Amino acid sequence: MSNTPHHFAPIQRFLHWLMAACIIAMLFIGVGMVSTVAPRYLPLILIHKTLGVTLLVLVVIRLALRLHYGAPPLPEDLSPGIKLGARLSHLALYGFMIVMPLLGLGMLWAAAYPVVLSGGIQIPAVLPQSDRAHALLWNAHFYLGFAFFAVVLLHLAAALFHALVRRDGVFGTMAPFPLRNRTTPAE
Amino acid sequence: MKQSGKWPRSGFGSLVLIAAVVGGGAAAFAYTAGWLSPGRLTPERLIAALAPPGGASPGHRRNHAKGICFTGAFEANGNGVELSRAKVFERGKYSAVGRFNLGTADPNAVDATVRVRGLGLQIAAADGEEWRMALINPPFFAVSTPQAFHDLLIASGKKDPEAMKAFIQSNPEFAAFATWAKTAPWTDSYAEDAYHGLNSFIFTDARGGERTVRWSLLPTAQVVPISQAELEKRGPDFLEQEITERIRTAGPQRWTMVTTVADPGDPTADPSKAWPEGRRTVQVGTLVVQRIEQERDGPCRDINFDPTVLPQGIRVSDDPFPAARSSVYRKSYDLRAAEAGSYPRTGTTKP
Repeated sequence: MSNTPHHFAPIQRFLHWLMAACIIAMLFIGVGMVSTVAPRYLPLILIHKTLGVTLLVLVVIRLALRLHYGAPPLPEDLSPGIKLGARLSHLALYGFMIVMPLLGLGMLWAAAYPVVLSGGIQIPAVLPQSDRAHALLWNAHFYLGFAFFAVVLLHLAAALFHALVRRDGVFGTMAPFPLRNRTTPAE
Repeated sequence: MKQSGKWPRSGFGSLVLIAAVVGGGAAAFAYTAGWLSPGRLTPERLIAALAPPGGASPGHRRNHAKGICFTGAFEANGNGVELSRAKVFERGKYSAVGRFNLGTADPNAVDATVRVRGLGLQIAAADGEEWRMALINPPFFAVSTPQAFHDLLIASGKKDPEAMKAFIQSNPEFAAFATWAKTAPWTDSYAEDAYHGLNSFIFTDARGGERTVRWSLLPTAQVVPISQAELEKRGPDFLEQEITERIRTAGPQRWTMVTTVADPGDPTADPSKAWPEGRRTVQVGTLVVQRIEQERDGPCRDINFDPTVLPQGIRVSDDPFPAARSSVYRKSYDLRAAEAGSYPRTGTTKP
Protein backbone atom coordinates (compact mmCIF):
# COMPACT_ATOMS: atom_id res chain seq x y z
CA MET A 1 0.00 0.00 0.00
CA SER A 2 2.72 2.42 0.92
CA ASN A 3 4.45 2.02 -2.44
CA THR A 4 1.44 2.79 -4.58
CA PRO A 5 0.28 6.40 -4.72
CA HIS A 6 -3.25 7.40 -3.74
CA HIS A 7 -3.27 10.25 -6.17
CA PHE A 8 -1.59 11.38 -9.31
CA ALA A 9 1.29 13.75 -8.65
CA PRO A 10 0.36 17.47 -8.78
CA ILE A 11 2.34 17.94 -12.01
CA GLN A 12 0.45 15.02 -13.55
CA ARG A 13 -2.88 16.52 -12.54
CA PHE A 14 -1.87 19.91 -13.85
CA LEU A 15 -0.87 18.44 -17.22
CA HIS A 16 -4.02 16.30 -17.32
CA TRP A 17 -6.38 19.24 -16.94
CA LEU A 18 -4.33 21.58 -19.12
CA MET A 19 -4.22 19.03 -21.91
CA ALA A 20 -7.89 18.14 -21.41
CA ALA A 21 -8.86 21.74 -22.05
CA CYS A 22 -6.52 22.02 -25.03
CA ILE A 23 -7.60 18.71 -26.57
CA ILE A 24 -11.29 19.54 -26.30
CA ALA A 25 -10.54 22.95 -27.83
CA MET A 26 -8.54 21.25 -30.61
CA LEU A 27 -11.37 18.88 -31.48
CA PHE A 28 -13.90 21.70 -31.62
CA ILE A 29 -11.56 23.96 -33.60
CA GLY A 30 -10.88 21.09 -35.99
CA VAL A 31 -14.49 20.39 -36.92
CA GLY A 32 -15.32 24.09 -36.82
CA MET A 33 -12.55 25.30 -39.10
CA VAL A 34 -13.12 22.76 -41.87
CA SER A 35 -16.80 23.69 -42.04
CA THR A 36 -16.42 27.42 -42.56
CA VAL A 37 -15.19 29.83 -45.24
CA ALA A 38 -15.37 32.80 -42.86
CA PRO A 39 -12.28 34.88 -42.04
CA ARG A 40 -11.98 33.05 -38.69
CA TYR A 41 -10.88 30.00 -40.73
CA LEU A 42 -7.33 31.36 -40.86
CA PRO A 43 -6.76 32.07 -37.13
CA LEU A 44 -8.48 28.78 -36.24
CA ILE A 45 -6.21 26.75 -38.50
CA LEU A 46 -3.17 28.57 -37.12
CA ILE A 47 -4.24 27.79 -33.53
CA HIS A 48 -5.02 24.19 -34.50
CA LYS A 49 -1.54 23.65 -35.93
CA THR A 50 0.28 25.46 -33.12
CA LEU A 51 -1.70 23.79 -30.34
CA GLY A 52 -1.34 20.40 -32.03
CA VAL A 53 2.44 20.57 -32.04
CA THR A 54 2.41 21.89 -28.44
CA LEU A 55 0.24 18.97 -27.35
CA LEU A 56 2.62 16.53 -29.01
CA VAL A 57 5.44 17.92 -26.87
CA LEU A 58 3.25 17.85 -23.75
CA VAL A 59 2.17 14.24 -24.21
CA VAL A 60 5.78 13.12 -24.38
CA ILE A 61 6.44 14.88 -21.06
CA ARG A 62 3.27 13.39 -19.66
CA LEU A 63 4.19 9.85 -20.65
CA ALA A 64 7.59 10.27 -19.04
CA LEU A 65 5.90 11.45 -15.82
CA ARG A 66 3.49 8.52 -15.98
CA LEU A 67 6.37 6.08 -16.27
CA HIS A 68 8.17 7.82 -13.42
CA TYR A 69 5.30 8.26 -10.96
CA GLY A 70 2.98 5.46 -12.04
CA ALA A 71 -0.76 5.61 -11.43
CA PRO A 72 -2.97 4.92 -8.41
CA PRO A 73 -4.62 1.48 -8.53
CA LEU A 74 -8.24 1.11 -9.50
CA PRO A 75 -10.67 0.07 -6.75
CA GLU A 76 -10.55 -3.67 -6.08
CA ASP A 77 -14.29 -4.09 -6.32
CA LEU A 78 -14.35 -2.98 -9.97
CA SER A 79 -15.23 -5.90 -12.24
CA PRO A 80 -12.38 -7.19 -14.44
CA GLY A 81 -14.31 -6.13 -17.53
CA ILE A 82 -14.58 -2.54 -16.34
CA LYS A 83 -10.92 -2.51 -15.36
CA LEU A 84 -9.94 -3.76 -18.80
CA GLY A 85 -12.18 -1.12 -20.37
CA ALA A 86 -10.54 1.57 -18.27
CA ARG A 87 -7.04 0.45 -19.27
CA LEU A 88 -7.95 0.22 -22.95
CA SER A 89 -9.64 3.63 -22.98
CA HIS A 90 -6.60 5.23 -21.34
CA LEU A 91 -4.35 3.50 -23.82
CA ALA A 92 -6.57 4.81 -26.63
CA LEU A 93 -6.44 8.35 -25.23
CA TYR A 94 -2.64 8.32 -25.08
CA GLY A 95 -2.58 6.79 -28.56
CA PHE A 96 -4.78 9.56 -29.97
CA MET A 97 -2.69 12.22 -28.23
CA ILE A 98 0.46 10.93 -29.94
CA VAL A 99 -0.96 9.92 -33.30
CA MET A 100 -3.27 12.86 -34.06
CA PRO A 101 -0.58 15.57 -34.24
CA LEU A 102 1.69 13.28 -36.24
CA LEU A 103 -1.08 12.53 -38.73
CA GLY A 104 -1.86 16.23 -38.95
CA LEU A 105 1.74 17.16 -39.65
CA GLY A 106 2.08 14.29 -42.10
CA MET A 107 -0.95 15.31 -44.12
CA LEU A 108 0.30 18.89 -44.36
CA TRP A 109 3.72 17.71 -45.51
CA ALA A 110 2.19 15.30 -48.02
CA ALA A 111 0.20 18.22 -49.47
CA ALA A 112 3.39 20.32 -49.76
CA TYR A 113 1.92 22.98 -47.46
CA PRO A 114 4.55 24.84 -45.47
CA VAL A 115 3.88 24.20 -41.76
CA VAL A 116 4.10 27.62 -40.13
CA LEU A 117 3.02 27.99 -36.51
CA SER A 118 2.19 31.04 -34.43
CA GLY A 119 5.13 33.40 -34.26
CA GLY A 120 6.37 32.34 -37.68
CA ILE A 121 7.93 29.09 -36.41
CA GLN A 122 8.40 26.87 -39.43
CA ILE A 123 8.57 23.08 -39.16
CA PRO A 124 10.56 21.53 -41.99
CA ALA A 125 8.86 18.80 -44.01
CA VAL A 126 10.00 15.22 -43.54
CA LEU A 127 7.62 13.75 -46.13
CA PRO A 128 7.56 14.59 -49.84
CA GLN A 129 4.35 15.61 -51.60
CA SER A 130 2.26 12.52 -52.26
CA ASP A 131 -1.38 12.25 -53.25
CA ARG A 132 -1.75 8.77 -51.83
CA ALA A 133 -0.03 9.57 -48.54
CA HIS A 134 -2.07 12.76 -48.23
CA ALA A 135 -5.38 10.99 -48.81
CA LEU A 136 -4.48 8.28 -46.30
CA LEU A 137 -3.21 10.66 -43.61
CA TRP A 138 -6.06 13.10 -44.12
CA ASN A 139 -8.68 10.38 -43.77
CA ALA A 140 -6.98 9.00 -40.68
CA HIS A 141 -6.72 12.45 -39.08
CA PHE A 142 -10.35 13.23 -39.88
CA TYR A 143 -12.01 10.00 -38.79
CA LEU A 144 -9.77 9.42 -35.78
CA GLY A 145 -10.70 12.94 -34.66
CA PHE A 146 -14.29 11.78 -34.23
CA ALA A 147 -13.16 8.58 -32.51
CA PHE A 148 -10.97 10.69 -30.20
CA PHE A 149 -13.94 12.87 -29.27
CA ALA A 150 -16.06 9.77 -28.60
CA VAL A 151 -13.41 8.34 -26.25
CA VAL A 152 -13.07 11.73 -24.53
CA LEU A 153 -16.84 11.72 -23.89
CA LEU A 154 -16.63 8.13 -22.61
CA HIS A 155 -13.76 9.10 -20.33
CA LEU A 156 -15.73 12.09 -19.07
CA ALA A 157 -18.82 9.94 -18.44
CA ALA A 158 -16.73 7.36 -16.57
CA ALA A 159 -15.06 10.07 -14.47
CA LEU A 160 -18.44 11.52 -13.53
CA PHE A 161 -19.78 8.05 -12.81
CA HIS A 162 -16.93 7.47 -10.38
CA ALA A 163 -17.38 10.91 -8.84
CA LEU A 164 -21.16 10.98 -8.52
CA VAL A 165 -22.46 7.43 -8.49
CA ARG A 166 -19.76 5.10 -7.26
CA ARG A 167 -17.96 7.70 -5.12
CA ASP A 168 -15.03 5.33 -4.97
CA GLY A 169 -12.23 7.90 -4.92
CA VAL A 170 -11.16 7.30 -8.51
CA PHE A 171 -12.12 10.81 -9.56
CA GLY A 172 -10.25 12.21 -6.57
CA THR A 173 -6.98 10.69 -7.81
CA MET A 174 -7.00 13.14 -10.72
CA ALA A 175 -9.21 15.92 -9.33
CA PRO A 176 -7.86 19.39 -10.14
CA PHE A 177 -8.07 20.35 -6.46
CA PRO A 178 -8.12 18.24 -3.28
CA LEU A 179 -11.65 16.96 -2.71
CA ARG A 180 -13.13 17.26 0.73
CA ASN A 181 -14.35 14.05 2.38
CA ARG A 182 -12.62 12.06 -0.26
CA THR A 183 -12.48 8.37 0.13
CA THR A 184 -9.79 6.11 -1.13
CA PRO A 185 -10.22 2.55 -2.30
CA ALA A 186 -8.65 1.31 0.93
CA GLU A 187 -11.14 3.17 3.06
CA MET B 1 -29.96 20.61 -6.50
CA LYS B 2 -27.53 22.52 -8.64
CA GLN B 3 -28.57 25.83 -7.17
CA SER B 4 -27.60 24.70 -3.69
CA GLY B 5 -24.11 24.06 -5.05
CA LYS B 6 -24.14 20.40 -4.04
CA TRP B 7 -23.77 17.42 -6.28
CA PRO B 8 -26.97 15.51 -6.87
CA ARG B 9 -27.43 12.90 -4.24
CA SER B 10 -29.63 10.41 -5.98
CA GLY B 11 -28.13 7.87 -8.39
CA PHE B 12 -30.81 8.69 -10.90
CA GLY B 13 -30.09 12.43 -10.75
CA SER B 14 -26.41 11.69 -11.22
CA LEU B 15 -27.08 9.57 -14.28
CA VAL B 16 -29.25 12.32 -15.75
CA LEU B 17 -26.46 14.81 -15.14
CA ILE B 18 -23.89 12.53 -16.80
CA ALA B 19 -26.19 11.99 -19.77
CA ALA B 20 -26.71 15.76 -20.03
CA VAL B 21 -22.96 16.44 -19.98
CA VAL B 22 -22.21 13.80 -22.63
CA GLY B 23 -25.24 14.68 -24.75
CA GLY B 24 -24.53 18.40 -24.46
CA GLY B 25 -20.91 17.84 -25.45
CA ALA B 26 -21.95 15.80 -28.48
CA ALA B 27 -24.56 18.39 -29.49
CA ALA B 28 -22.07 21.25 -29.16
CA PHE B 29 -19.64 19.26 -31.31
CA ALA B 30 -22.30 18.66 -33.96
CA TYR B 31 -23.19 22.35 -33.95
CA THR B 32 -19.53 23.36 -34.33
CA ALA B 33 -19.18 20.92 -37.22
CA GLY B 34 -22.08 22.70 -38.92
CA TRP B 35 -24.40 19.69 -38.90
CA LEU B 36 -27.16 21.62 -37.19
CA SER B 37 -26.88 24.71 -39.41
CA PRO B 38 -27.55 23.76 -43.04
CA GLY B 39 -27.44 27.45 -44.02
CA ARG B 40 -23.75 27.82 -43.20
CA LEU B 41 -21.54 28.54 -46.20
CA THR B 42 -19.12 25.62 -46.12
CA PRO B 43 -16.29 24.76 -48.52
CA GLU B 44 -18.35 21.74 -49.55
CA ARG B 45 -21.27 23.95 -50.58
CA LEU B 46 -19.05 26.28 -52.60
CA ILE B 47 -17.41 23.32 -54.32
CA ALA B 48 -20.81 21.81 -55.08
CA ALA B 49 -21.88 25.15 -56.59
CA LEU B 50 -18.74 25.24 -58.76
CA ALA B 51 -19.43 21.82 -60.27
CA PRO B 52 -20.91 21.76 -63.77
CA PRO B 53 -24.24 19.98 -64.33
CA GLY B 54 -22.44 16.77 -65.26
CA GLY B 55 -20.45 16.83 -62.02
CA ALA B 56 -16.85 17.72 -61.24
CA SER B 57 -13.94 16.09 -63.07
CA PRO B 58 -12.33 13.70 -60.58
CA GLY B 59 -8.66 14.28 -59.88
CA HIS B 60 -8.79 17.87 -61.14
CA ARG B 61 -9.02 21.23 -59.45
CA ARG B 62 -12.64 22.12 -58.73
CA ASN B 63 -12.24 25.43 -60.53
CA HIS B 64 -9.59 26.66 -62.98
CA ALA B 65 -9.41 22.99 -63.92
CA LYS B 66 -7.74 23.51 -67.31
CA GLY B 67 -4.17 24.67 -67.15
CA ILE B 68 -0.53 24.20 -67.97
CA CYS B 69 2.56 24.44 -65.74
CA PHE B 70 5.54 26.72 -65.99
CA THR B 71 8.79 27.20 -64.15
CA GLY B 72 10.90 30.31 -63.97
CA ALA B 73 12.02 32.97 -61.58
CA PHE B 74 10.85 36.05 -59.76
CA GLU B 75 13.51 38.70 -60.15
CA ALA B 76 13.07 41.22 -57.35
CA ASN B 77 14.45 44.66 -58.09
CA GLY B 78 14.67 45.62 -54.41
CA ASN B 79 12.02 48.35 -54.55
CA GLY B 80 9.62 46.24 -52.52
CA VAL B 81 11.85 46.29 -49.45
CA GLU B 82 10.54 49.69 -48.46
CA LEU B 83 6.98 48.26 -48.37
CA SER B 84 7.52 44.80 -46.92
CA ARG B 85 10.23 42.95 -45.06
CA ALA B 86 9.40 39.75 -47.00
CA LYS B 87 12.67 38.21 -48.19
CA VAL B 88 11.36 37.82 -51.74
CA PHE B 89 11.48 41.61 -52.17
CA GLU B 90 15.21 41.81 -51.49
CA ARG B 91 17.02 42.33 -54.75
CA GLY B 92 17.69 38.90 -56.22
CA LYS B 93 16.32 35.92 -58.08
CA TYR B 94 13.85 33.53 -56.50
CA SER B 95 12.60 30.30 -58.02
CA ALA B 96 9.02 30.34 -59.26
CA VAL B 97 6.56 27.61 -60.21
CA GLY B 98 3.19 28.46 -61.65
CA ARG B 99 0.29 27.57 -63.81
CA PHE B 100 -1.60 29.35 -66.57
CA ASN B 101 -5.25 28.37 -66.35
CA LEU B 102 -8.83 29.00 -67.38
CA GLY B 103 -11.61 29.93 -64.97
CA THR B 104 -13.71 26.86 -65.58
CA ALA B 105 -14.48 23.62 -63.77
CA ASP B 106 -14.11 21.72 -67.07
CA PRO B 107 -10.55 20.52 -67.80
CA ASN B 108 -11.57 19.96 -71.44
CA ALA B 109 -13.16 23.36 -72.03
CA VAL B 110 -12.64 25.11 -75.36
CA ASP B 111 -10.30 28.05 -74.74
CA ALA B 112 -12.49 30.62 -76.51
CA THR B 113 -15.47 29.81 -74.29
CA VAL B 114 -13.77 30.86 -71.05
CA ARG B 115 -13.74 34.54 -70.24
CA VAL B 116 -11.60 34.48 -67.12
CA ARG B 117 -7.97 33.40 -67.33
CA GLY B 118 -5.75 32.92 -64.35
CA LEU B 119 -2.22 32.48 -63.13
CA GLY B 120 -1.23 30.50 -60.03
CA LEU B 121 2.22 31.28 -58.70
CA GLN B 122 4.54 30.07 -55.99
CA ILE B 123 7.69 32.03 -55.21
CA ALA B 124 10.18 30.43 -52.84
CA ALA B 125 12.51 32.54 -50.73
CA ALA B 126 15.95 31.25 -49.85
CA ASP B 127 14.96 30.52 -46.24
CA GLY B 128 12.22 28.10 -47.30
CA GLU B 129 9.39 30.58 -46.92
CA GLU B 130 6.81 30.51 -49.68
CA TRP B 131 4.55 33.08 -51.25
CA ARG B 132 1.65 31.57 -53.11
CA MET B 133 -0.99 33.46 -55.03
CA ALA B 134 -3.69 32.97 -57.59
CA LEU B 135 -4.45 35.86 -59.92
CA ILE B 136 -7.02 36.40 -62.68
CA ASN B 137 -7.27 38.72 -65.66
CA PRO B 138 -10.31 40.89 -64.77
CA PRO B 139 -9.15 44.04 -62.93
CA PHE B 140 -11.76 43.59 -60.18
CA PHE B 141 -13.71 40.65 -58.86
CA ALA B 142 -17.29 39.85 -59.85
CA VAL B 143 -18.80 40.12 -56.38
CA SER B 144 -18.16 41.62 -52.95
CA THR B 145 -18.42 38.62 -50.65
CA PRO B 146 -17.91 34.85 -50.67
CA GLN B 147 -21.64 34.42 -50.04
CA ALA B 148 -22.39 36.52 -53.13
CA PHE B 149 -19.95 34.38 -55.13
CA HIS B 150 -21.85 31.28 -54.04
CA ASP B 151 -25.14 32.93 -54.97
CA LEU B 152 -23.71 33.89 -58.37
CA LEU B 153 -22.70 30.29 -59.06
CA ILE B 154 -26.17 29.06 -58.10
CA ALA B 155 -27.98 31.75 -60.11
CA SER B 156 -25.82 31.36 -63.23
CA GLY B 157 -26.27 27.60 -63.11
CA LYS B 158 -30.04 27.90 -63.32
CA LYS B 159 -31.86 27.75 -66.63
CA ASP B 160 -34.39 30.32 -65.42
CA PRO B 161 -33.23 33.79 -66.67
CA GLU B 162 -35.05 35.39 -63.74
CA ALA B 163 -32.48 33.84 -61.39
CA MET B 164 -29.65 35.99 -62.78
CA LYS B 165 -31.87 39.06 -62.80
CA ALA B 166 -32.70 38.54 -59.15
CA PHE B 167 -29.05 37.96 -58.37
CA ILE B 168 -27.95 41.21 -60.05
CA GLN B 169 -30.70 43.07 -58.27
CA SER B 170 -29.35 42.05 -54.89
CA ASN B 171 -25.67 42.23 -55.95
CA PRO B 172 -25.40 45.41 -58.05
CA GLU B 173 -21.58 45.27 -57.96
CA PHE B 174 -21.82 42.45 -60.50
CA ALA B 175 -22.81 44.92 -63.24
CA ALA B 176 -19.24 46.23 -63.57
CA PHE B 177 -17.92 42.71 -64.04
CA ALA B 178 -20.62 41.92 -66.60
CA THR B 179 -19.55 45.01 -68.55
CA TRP B 180 -15.91 43.95 -68.37
CA ALA B 181 -16.82 40.46 -69.61
CA LYS B 182 -18.70 41.92 -72.58
CA THR B 183 -16.27 44.68 -73.57
CA ALA B 184 -12.73 43.81 -72.45
CA PRO B 185 -10.51 42.71 -75.32
CA TRP B 186 -9.57 39.07 -75.76
CA THR B 187 -6.03 38.01 -76.57
CA ASP B 188 -4.81 34.80 -78.11
CA SER B 189 -1.97 34.35 -75.66
CA TYR B 190 -1.52 33.76 -71.97
CA ALA B 191 1.59 35.93 -72.41
CA GLU B 192 -0.46 38.99 -73.36
CA ASP B 193 -2.78 38.99 -70.37
CA ALA B 194 -2.44 40.99 -67.18
CA TYR B 195 -3.18 39.04 -64.02
CA HIS B 196 -4.52 40.70 -60.89
CA GLY B 197 -4.38 39.52 -57.30
CA LEU B 198 -7.60 41.47 -56.61
CA ASN B 199 -7.54 40.78 -52.89
CA SER B 200 -5.88 43.22 -50.56
CA PHE B 201 -3.09 42.18 -48.23
CA ILE B 202 -1.09 44.00 -45.57
CA PHE B 203 2.60 44.59 -46.10
CA THR B 204 4.73 45.12 -43.00
CA ASP B 205 8.06 46.87 -43.48
CA ALA B 206 11.22 46.40 -41.44
CA ARG B 207 10.19 49.16 -39.03
CA GLY B 208 6.76 47.66 -38.46
CA GLY B 209 4.97 50.16 -40.68
CA GLU B 210 1.90 48.72 -42.40
CA ARG B 211 0.24 49.39 -45.72
CA THR B 212 -2.66 47.71 -47.44
CA VAL B 213 -1.77 46.68 -50.99
CA ARG B 214 -2.96 44.78 -54.02
CA TRP B 215 -0.69 43.40 -56.70
CA SER B 216 -0.81 42.66 -60.42
CA LEU B 217 1.39 41.05 -63.04
CA LEU B 218 1.47 43.21 -66.16
CA PRO B 219 2.67 41.62 -69.40
CA THR B 220 5.72 42.96 -71.20
CA ALA B 221 4.66 41.15 -74.37
CA GLN B 222 2.86 43.28 -76.91
CA VAL B 223 -0.89 42.94 -76.47
CA VAL B 224 -2.75 42.18 -79.69
CA PRO B 225 -6.48 42.12 -79.11
CA ILE B 226 -8.50 39.65 -81.14
CA SER B 227 -12.15 38.78 -81.20
CA GLN B 228 -13.60 35.81 -79.41
CA ALA B 229 -14.70 34.45 -82.80
CA GLU B 230 -11.12 34.63 -84.07
CA LEU B 231 -9.85 32.81 -81.00
CA GLU B 232 -12.45 30.13 -81.54
CA LYS B 233 -11.00 29.40 -84.98
CA ARG B 234 -7.58 28.68 -83.50
CA GLY B 235 -8.63 25.45 -81.83
CA PRO B 236 -9.83 24.28 -78.44
CA ASP B 237 -6.36 24.10 -76.78
CA PHE B 238 -4.74 26.99 -78.60
CA LEU B 239 -3.57 28.87 -75.50
CA GLU B 240 -1.45 25.99 -74.21
CA GLN B 241 0.03 25.37 -77.63
CA GLU B 242 0.70 29.05 -78.21
CA ILE B 243 2.52 29.69 -74.93
CA THR B 244 4.62 26.55 -75.38
CA GLU B 245 5.57 27.57 -78.90
CA ARG B 246 6.13 31.23 -77.97
CA ILE B 247 8.59 30.37 -75.21
CA ARG B 248 10.31 27.79 -77.39
CA THR B 249 10.88 30.26 -80.19
CA ALA B 250 10.87 33.71 -78.57
CA GLY B 251 12.37 32.77 -75.22
CA PRO B 252 11.24 33.56 -71.67
CA GLN B 253 8.14 35.70 -71.18
CA ARG B 254 8.00 38.46 -68.59
CA TRP B 255 5.46 40.20 -66.38
CA THR B 256 6.16 43.20 -64.20
CA MET B 257 4.84 42.84 -60.68
CA VAL B 258 3.20 46.07 -59.59
CA THR B 259 1.93 46.65 -56.08
CA THR B 260 -0.64 49.35 -55.50
CA VAL B 261 -0.82 50.98 -52.08
CA ALA B 262 -4.25 51.90 -50.74
CA ASP B 263 -4.98 55.40 -49.53
CA PRO B 264 -6.83 55.73 -46.24
CA GLY B 265 -10.51 55.12 -46.87
CA ASP B 266 -10.03 52.94 -49.95
CA PRO B 267 -12.21 49.82 -49.95
CA THR B 268 -9.80 47.13 -48.71
CA ALA B 269 -12.40 44.47 -47.89
CA ASP B 270 -14.13 44.43 -51.27
CA PRO B 271 -12.25 43.08 -54.32
CA SER B 272 -15.12 44.09 -56.62
CA LYS B 273 -14.14 47.73 -56.03
CA ALA B 274 -11.05 48.87 -57.91
CA TRP B 275 -9.09 51.55 -56.10
CA PRO B 276 -9.22 55.01 -57.70
CA GLU B 277 -6.60 56.04 -60.21
CA GLY B 278 -3.56 57.83 -58.90
CA ARG B 279 -2.77 55.47 -56.06
CA ARG B 280 0.90 54.98 -55.38
CA THR B 281 2.33 52.02 -57.26
CA VAL B 282 5.67 50.31 -56.83
CA GLN B 283 7.23 47.95 -59.36
CA VAL B 284 8.75 45.28 -57.17
CA GLY B 285 10.14 42.87 -59.73
CA THR B 286 9.63 40.73 -62.80
CA LEU B 287 8.14 37.28 -63.20
CA VAL B 288 10.15 35.42 -65.82
CA VAL B 289 8.45 32.35 -67.25
CA GLN B 290 11.29 30.26 -68.63
CA ARG B 291 9.82 26.86 -69.33
CA ILE B 292 6.41 25.39 -70.06
CA GLU B 293 5.74 21.94 -68.65
CA GLN B 294 2.76 19.71 -69.13
CA GLU B 295 0.39 19.83 -66.20
CA ARG B 296 0.04 16.08 -65.73
CA ASP B 297 3.76 15.49 -65.34
CA GLY B 298 4.63 19.01 -64.34
CA PRO B 299 5.65 20.58 -61.05
CA CYS B 300 2.51 22.70 -60.57
CA ARG B 301 -0.16 20.04 -60.62
CA ASP B 302 0.14 19.14 -56.96
CA ILE B 303 0.55 22.66 -55.65
CA ASN B 304 -2.42 24.26 -53.98
CA PHE B 305 -2.05 27.93 -54.93
CA ASP B 306 -3.58 28.95 -51.60
CA PRO B 307 -3.30 32.76 -51.44
CA THR B 308 -2.90 32.66 -47.66
CA VAL B 309 0.47 30.89 -47.87
CA LEU B 310 2.47 34.05 -47.27
CA PRO B 311 5.99 34.92 -46.14
CA GLN B 312 6.71 37.00 -43.05
CA GLY B 313 6.04 40.62 -44.03
CA ILE B 314 2.79 39.89 -45.89
CA ARG B 315 -0.49 39.00 -44.18
CA VAL B 316 -4.18 38.97 -44.94
CA SER B 317 -6.25 42.13 -44.57
CA ASP B 318 -9.95 42.60 -43.79
CA ASP B 319 -10.74 41.24 -47.28
CA PRO B 320 -12.84 38.12 -46.57
CA PHE B 321 -11.87 36.32 -49.77
CA PRO B 322 -8.38 34.98 -49.02
CA ALA B 323 -9.73 32.98 -46.05
CA ALA B 324 -12.63 31.67 -48.12
CA ARG B 325 -10.35 30.81 -51.01
CA SER B 326 -7.95 29.04 -48.64
CA SER B 327 -10.76 26.97 -47.15
CA VAL B 328 -12.23 26.03 -50.54
CA TYR B 329 -8.86 25.42 -52.25
CA ARG B 330 -7.89 23.13 -49.37
CA LYS B 331 -11.07 21.11 -49.81
CA SER B 332 -10.51 21.01 -53.57
CA TYR B 333 -6.97 19.78 -52.97
CA ASP B 334 -8.15 17.11 -50.52
CA LEU B 335 -10.65 15.86 -53.08
CA ARG B 336 -8.33 15.78 -56.08
CA ALA B 337 -5.49 14.21 -54.10
CA ALA B 338 -7.83 11.42 -53.01
CA GLU B 339 -8.93 11.01 -56.65
CA ALA B 340 -5.42 11.06 -58.11
CA GLY B 341 -6.05 7.72 -59.80
CA SER B 342 -8.54 9.49 -62.08
CA TYR B 343 -5.86 11.94 -63.22
CA PRO B 344 -2.60 10.12 -62.70
CA ARG B 345 0.58 12.10 -62.49
CA THR B 346 2.03 10.43 -65.55
CA GLY B 347 0.18 9.31 -68.63
CA THR B 348 0.37 5.73 -67.46
CA THR B 349 -1.62 4.66 -64.42
CA LYS B 350 -0.25 5.47 -61.04
CA PRO B 351 1.17 2.54 -59.07
